[in-house]
Order: sequence, then C-alpha cells, then structure tokens
Amino acid sequence: MDRIPILKLGKYLLVTIQVDLYDRLALTLETDLISMVKKNEARGVLIDISAVGIVDSFMGRILGNIAQMSKIMDAETVVVGMQPAVAITLVELGLTLKGVHTALDVDKGMLLLNKRTDNNREAGIDD
Amino acid sequence: MKKETINVLSEHRKQISELWVKILLENETLREDFMTNEDLRVQSEELVYAMIDAFKKGNFKNLETEEYEEVLELITSLSMSRAKQGYSPRETGLYVLSLKQAFIQFLQENKKHDLASLFEEVLSLNQMIDSLSIITFDTYIKGREEVILRQTNEIEEISTPVIRVWEGIVALPIIGTLDSARTQIVMENLLNEIVQTGSSIAILDISGVPAVDSLVAQHLIKTVSATRLMGAECIISGIRPEIAQTIVHLGIDLSDIYTKASLASALRFAFQKLKMQVVKTATN
Amino acid sequence: MINLSKEVFRIQKEQDVILFRNRLREMAVRIGMSLVNQTKLITAASELVRNMLKYAGSGTATIEIVSVDRKTGLRIVFEDKGPGIEDLRLAMQDGYSTSRSLGLGLPGAKRLVNEFNIKSVVGEGTTITVLRWKNG
Repeated sequence: MDRIPILKLGKYLLVTIQVDLYDRLALTLETDLISMVKKNEARGVLIDISAVGIVDSFMGRILGNIAQMSKIMDAETVVVGMQPAVAITLVELGLTLKGVHTALDVDKGMLLLNKRTDNNREAGIDD
Repeated sequence: MKKETINVLSEHRKQISELWVKILLENETLREDFMTNEDLRVQSEELVYAMIDAFKKGNFKNLETEEYEEVLELITSLSMSRAKQGYSPRETGLYVLSLKQAFIQFLQENKKHDLASLFEEVLSLNQMIDSLSIITFDTYIKGREEVILRQTNEIEEISTPVIRVWEGIVALPIIGTLDSARTQIVMENLLNEIVQTGSSIAILDISGVPAVDSLVAQHLIKTVSATRLMGAECIISGIRPEIAQTIVHLGIDLSDIYTKASLASALRFAFQKLKMQVVKTATN
Repeated sequence: MINLSKEVFRIQKEQDVILFRNRLREMAVRIGMSLVNQTKLITAASELVRNMLKYAGSGTATIEIVSVDRKTGLRIVFEDKGPGIEDLRLAMQDGYSTSRSLGLGLPGAKRLVNEFNIKSVVGEGTTITVLRWKNG
C-alpha cells in the first residue's frame, strides 16, 4: 500500500504530498504522522503542498485534522507551498483552513515554526 | 434564373467585374490607403468569377452548399480582413451591395427585350446577394470583436505591472476600473509574482482606481485572503478619502485588512513587518 | 451548441474519483483552459463527485466539450439514483464555508463554475450539471 513519506528535520517533521490523497491514504498519513510526532517528540510539522494542484474540502479537512491532532501533541503545523491557483480557488470555495498556518516555502515555514515554538516556550508552556 | 442568362453572365464575366470595379472607384468610400486599385480589381474579379461559377452549377437559393463554398470563403476572408484592417462597416457593406448594382446594371442593358424574365431574375439575384451581404456583415462583426478582444488583452497586460520594490516586497499599482475579469488577472499576477520572487509582502495600490463599490471591495478582500492562504501578507494602499467614505457607507468591513493611505506608508509598514529599518546616514 | 467530445465515468469507489479527476484535467488542458479555471472546475467536480459517493453510493459523471459561438468549455453532468436532497433551498444556502462535514458544499461548488443546475427528487435521485468556459 502507498504511504506518504515523513522526514525528520531536526525537531520538526516534513511531509511532502505529491499524490492524490484518497481516503485510506489520508487516514494512514494522519496515523503515521501522529505516531511520529510522539516518537520524535517533534515540536512542529511542515506539510509541503507545492505539488498539489487541487485542494478540495476533503483535503482541507485532512490538513485541519493534522493541525488539530499535532496541536494536542504540542506540535505546531505549517502548510507550505500553496499554488496560486489553489489559493484563488479556496477563497472562492469558502474554505478557510482554520487553525492551519501557512508559509510560502519550507524555509519560511521553518522560520515560522521557530517563532511559534519559541513563543510557546516563553509563555511558560514548555518545561 | 434561366440557363441562357447564366451563360450570358458567364460570357461577360470580365465586363461585369470591370463594371463593378468602376462603380467602386467612383464611390467616395474607396479606401486607396488600405488597398491598391490593382489589388481591388483582382479581388473583385475573383469574387465575380467564383459567383458565376456557382450560378452555373444550378443552385441559386441555398448558399450553404458545396457549390458556394468558394464564394463564401472569399467573402468571409475578405470581410474578416477588412474588419481587421479598419474598414468601416459601411465601406464593407457597400462593397458587396455595389456588386449587386453591377449585376443588375448589366442585366438591364442586356435583357431589354425580355422585361418579364428580367424582373424575375433580378429578384432572385437580389435575394442571393442579400444573403451574401448578411454573411459579410456577420463575419465583419466577428472580425471586429477579435480586434477588440486582442486590444482588451493588451490593455490588461500593460495596466497591471508588478514591481519588485525590495527584497521580499512586491507592489502592484492598479490603474483603471477594477471589474471581475480584471481582478482575476490582478490576483493571478500578484500571487504568481509572490511565488516567483519569494516575497512575503504584497502592496496593492489602488490610488489609480476611480471608484470602489462593494463588488470591487469584495474582489480586493478575496485577493488579500488568497495572499494570506499562501502564507504571505497583502497591504492595500492608496485609499482616497472619498473611497474610504464610500466603503463605510456601503457597510463593507475592512477591519481584517491592512490599509494605508499612501504607498509610502505601506512600504514603511512592510519594512517594519520584515524587521527592517531605513536609517539616515551621517552627512560628511 | 456543437458537441465535440464526450466521456462517461462510472463512480463506485474512491479510485474512480481519482481517475475521473485526472481525465478531467486532461480534457481541460486539451481545450486550452486556463490554469485557474481548470483548478476551479476540477475542485468543484471533486466536491460534487465525493458527495455522490458519500450520499448515493454510486453514480455517473459525464464530461462533454461544448462550444457556443466562439466560447469553448467543459460541461459535467453528475447523475445518481440516491436518496435525493430534501430541501434544495437549504442545501444551496451558504454560510460561506464548506468545512462542516454536514454541508454538501453546493454553494461553494456553484461559485467555482459559470453555470450550475440541480434537479433532485427525494427517493429517486439527483442530477447536477455544471459548466465552465475555458476563459473567463
């Protein structure tokens, strides 16, 4: 069965989505991701959708789920690389991707994660 | 139309063609700047010959048939090229209608002895050339529409430049009315440029937009939302006092959006966000 | 209207959705549809075909290339023999969000296409027709 690879990037995890997400694949991704967050005590998750041409409400829900689950495990999620056509379509569709932070690319995504996880530390949420 | 009439027309095709050209040359709508008289002669001859050939094949009523294929091809390409060159509709219309004149004039002179059938034949000729006129008209309009479309596209391209103001900052000064179609283009250009340049801040300057109604405002809001979805930020600058007033009166909520009165203040704000500063150097 | 090309897809499982989407993309590219319009159309189609799978279990999606005057576009007809939609007006109403799993995402899909038509009879099924021009 296909699996979407998850890479470790320091204290963060990087997921690059390059295929159409269907039900089972998406569920597997959620499961794999959340167990890896736990295993590595990851502080953040980067989801690279620069190769994704279509984001519908199903995909939007998956992204939202991942963000929520990670947050519960104390990891921040940032979605990077959204294509312009996708952004335009999502706005028209009315999909807000609430709870999902975005950045232009992986580099900026990491900067954002650094900032957000630092903030958490400052707020005394960390040990 | 009688077979013998058609034969007479065929025999005198050159004469008819020259008669037509004569009528055209005498007409004040002749555009010598668009086409030389020689070219006009050649084009007109081609058309007359093609028409007479079609008559010979018997069909006189239905233009949508194989016999008239060449005639239609000539007429449509003629009409289309005139539309693109800039002939007026009147000039193009008169071109075809004066052909009618030529045919009828010729028939009149040659069938003085048989007025009854002359009348019939003029009627069917009349009907046929009228159909041709309609096709000419239709094609001409299509030609003009293509010109308009091309010009519209060109205008759209020119009036939405994207300027890389600084590292990480792009600006889009919009000049002219913002309608649905234009906003799409503005949005696409802006977002594509953000990706190309890796800019995290875009400034949309609307000081060149004459009026902002709720539809335009909606478009602007959508543009800002799309920018944010991608992970960048969008500032709207150049809001004139009248526009601010209209926006409030229309009940449009821009509280979620960064707005600045001038491009300069938008730039200052952008620098701030990027944690950059402009410092005056000591003068020596 | 001059119909130039037509393709019918049986949608019975998730894999069919992916096949349908890919073919739709191919056809859109073939007629020269702009990227943004492609994205809008395929996203709308994706919503509608998932609905069909979810609520009716199966159905058909037919893609047709259409041409009127000088405009060319793609028309898609989604047809199912599912439970039908009881309150069409409510379904077409909009909180401008499709993030609720209860919502059918119909108003959102409507915004993404040039023409949208829906017919539904409770107990018999639903037919949704959408059309997107290649430009504009």
